[in-house]
Amino acid sequence: MSKPYWTKENFPITPIIRNPAGSLAFKCGLWRTTTPIIDSQKCTKCGLCEVYCPDEAVHKSEKGVFEINYDYCKGCGICANECPPKAIRMVAEVEESCTSES
Amino acid sequence: MSGNRAVAEAAKLAKVNVVSAYPITPQTSIVEYLSEFVANGELAAEFVQAESEFGAMSACIGASSVGARVFTATCSQGLALMHELNYVAAGLRLPIVMAVTNRQLSQPLGMWCDHSDAMGERDSGWIQIYVESCQEAFDTVIQAFKISEDREVLLPTMVCLDGFILSHTSEPVDVPDSQIIQDFLPPYKPDSEYHTLLDVQKPLAAGGGCPPAFTMEFDYKKYEAQENAKEVIRKVDTEFGDTFGRRYGLVEAYRCEDADVILAGMGTMIGTAKEVADKLRQEKGWPVGVLKLRSYRPFPKEDVARATAGSKALAVVSRAVSYGVGAPVYSDVAAAISNSGQKPVLLNFIAGMGGRDVTQKNIAQVFEQGLKAAQTGEVQSEIEWVGLNKNLVGASP
Repeated sequence: MSKPYWTKENFPITPIIRNPAGSLAFKCGLWRTTTPIIDSQKCTKCGLCEVYCPDEAVHKSEKGVFEINYDYCKGCGICANECPPKAIRMVAEVEESCTSES
Repeated sequence: MSGNRAVAEAAKLAKVNVVSAYPITPQTSIVEYLSEFVANGELAAEFVQAESEFGAMSACIGASSVGARVFTATCSQGLALMHELNYVAAGLRLPIVMAVTNRQLSQPLGMWCDHSDAMGERDSGWIQIYVESCQEAFDTVIQAFKISEDREVLLPTMVCLDGFILSHTSEPVDVPDSQIIQDFLPPYKPDSEYHTLLDVQKPLAAGGGCPPAFTMEFDYKKYEAQENAKEVIRKVDTEFGDTFGRRYGLVEAYRCEDADVILAGMGTMIGTAKEVADKLRQEKGWPVGVLKLRSYRPFPKEDVARATAGSKALAVVSRAVSYGVGAPVYSDVAAAISNSGQKPVLLNFIAGMGGRDVTQKNIAQVFEQGLKAAQTGEVQSEIEWVGLNKNLVGASP
């Protein structure tokens, strides 16, 4: 699990976050129940997935293909919904991850 | 000068940087005076005429977050409309000072005095101080900034003055020299390492979400700050007394040392009660005293227990109702002495709702019932509505 914002040493009087981009510490990808998979054959590189992603978890790689950062992708499915050539599939996370006693 | 003028003069002498308010009777003249001071150059402040009290408190929160000394005033429906923001101001630990010219809440609609409005904000985290005179209103506004801005406190303060009875009554008020007030109350200097302070050089995020893992801890910090405020109010009051010759305390125990019967209450009714206590002592020899609850939040439990330690009956008069249970001030006083080992008979009175006068006769009646209870060790009724027209509502006499 990611590190907490506040510790005994820096506990403020009100919920103030002093380190910019502090939410990077929260790997909200752990919340995901369905995972978007990009089919690079169908992808037209239009970039709408990157624009629509509410978590900025989609980026264009150096090779020019779109990749998803699964540390932060919550699996909301907006990219799959917006993708004009339907190049993004939403795949359920394995059933055991929801039901296993961990 | 009137109570409202006294409050406005105090805010001016506190050299507030921002005033944001929306007019509402009987608070209006406070805001009118302040806008006049800003317009004619007497006060170098930003005056923000908000579109509502919700907007007014929002602007106060913004201004206080960038380090300004901020003042506002409201009451009644205006205070109710601010409710959501009042919790934000306290939670962000912003030392805003607000005058509340206590007025009833609709329905029934009316503009007259009772304490229902401020009672609704009782648990918001704000400090609440109820004053008795125009001089005390002036002095308390000055004190309030020093209390709120103390690092051990950093909570906003409401200075509560009875609508019309105090806001529109003229009394002689000593207004000290500006320089002496500056020495007593230096400018507010927040520190970005500690305070909620928005500074482009040191960016931070404030007012965001907080997970359950931390929320109780922040609530605890606020609770702790209210507890700290007791000592800070005392300290500031003592320093104020040394400088200006007037001090008020968290409570004022008037002729309580040898009193069998003590009336406890808040606001202007206290002046009347002191006078009646004097008369009853002189004319009838009744051992009566008056306990003025000045600081209501924090509630000075220890001071209340100490002041009433020798009493046989304690009559609590609230200018507000807690529907379904009784009266708020009564509940707090009862809780304060519950573990103190003392067991005076407790009497619960509601008086002065919606501008009903709390007369000398009413107060004498409270003392009389208190005396009976002190002698018999019993109360005649669980709660008594003083001055109620029982005929009209078919209540039992």
